Amino acid sequence: MTPSQRRWIFLIAAAGLLAFFVWGLLDLPGFGRYPGPYGFIINRIALRQTLATGTVSAVNFDYRGFDTLGEEFILFTAAIGVSTVLRRLRGEREQQSAADEAADRDVPPTSSAVRMAALLFTGPLVVLGWWLTSHAQANPSGGFQGGVVLASALIMVYLAGEFLVFKRFSPVDVTDAVEAVGAGGFAAIGVAAVGMGLAFLTNYLSKGQYAGAVSSSGTIALISFFVGLEVAAAFILIVIELLEQTLLIRGGE
Amino acid sequence: MEYFPFIVVAWILAVGLYGIVTSRHLVHQIICLIVVQSSTYVLLLGVGYVTGAVAPYYYDITVHTPAVDPVVQALTLTDVVVEAAVTALLCSFAIQAHKRFGTLDPQALVSLKG
Repeated sequence: MTPSQRRWIFLIAAAGLLAFFVWGLLDLPGFGRYPGPYGFIINRIALRQTLATGTVSAVNFDYRGFDTLGEEFILFTAAIGVSTVLRRLRGEREQQSAADEAADRDVPPTSSAVRMAALLFTGPLVVLGWWLTSHAQANPSGGFQGGVVLASALIMVYLAGEFLVFKRFSPVDVTDAVEAVGAGGFAAIGVAAVGMGLAFLTNYLSKGQYAGAVSSSGTIALISFFVGLEVAAAFILIVIELLEQTLLIRGGE
Repeated sequence: MEYFPFIVVAWILAVGLYGIVTSRHLVHQIICLIVVQSSTYVLLLGVGYVTGAVAPYYYDITVHTPAVDPVVQALTLTDVVVEAAVTALLCSFAIQAHKRFGTLDPQALVSLKG
């Protein structure tokens, strides 16, 4: 198929898609006129029921916690998929020292300015990631955002030092274990509710006394913590795999 | 003005799809897929928006303050995470495709393996 044939077939299909899109749009309420009632009901009762001031986190980790469990396992599966696809293939060897060997490229050493900046950012990023992970119930944060920030803190270690140092800070077995604890912890909280004779993922812990406090909102805070572990470990694992591809694994000669 | 956000959604979707169809590089194609998925963020947030309402966080406002739909915001968060995961997986496929066939042009890959 030539590129222009592809383009024509696409344009015909796109015209059909546009027709369906407009058809679907006609019955939607206009922008700014969300009709409810689901979202409005949750907005009204979430604070009273869970003492979480962040309603989005209450939806994610409590009201629709089952969906989030599925989402977390998508991330889990993707991390497993990346490490399976990027395994060392037949005829490839792994180098002992990390080096970029692209034939026509001369890689300059990392400048000390980059190293210093990366070192300076590592500490604040750990604190910020931890704060985000542990404040899902209070404000627009949560395990997903915090986990990504925690993972970037370790990537700063890679920028400041070199790949093998980064790998020593986050060895693959430890990262794998943390990822498993994160994914399993979420599921275990849900199953524990079943063990108590409640519905799966019921918020059975004490909701605390003060709305929006770290100690409030019961399982929402706990699930957010486990999600943070899982997300941080999954992203570190993905980055390690991708860096290993560029820096360590070479085609056989 | 009432339908403007939905026109933006259609535009982002169309641009991304056009990029995927005409792409000559797998990484470019992956980025186009991200663009396609971004249209769903705008759609979700646009559907749940309430004119004049605030974000659904009741830290320093009363429960009776009108706020936008929190459910679509949670869905958008889900969407972003899934997109990141899918992108990582697709990038690793692109790496292996380049190793095996020595090219990242999707149209050349088609003629190599039917």
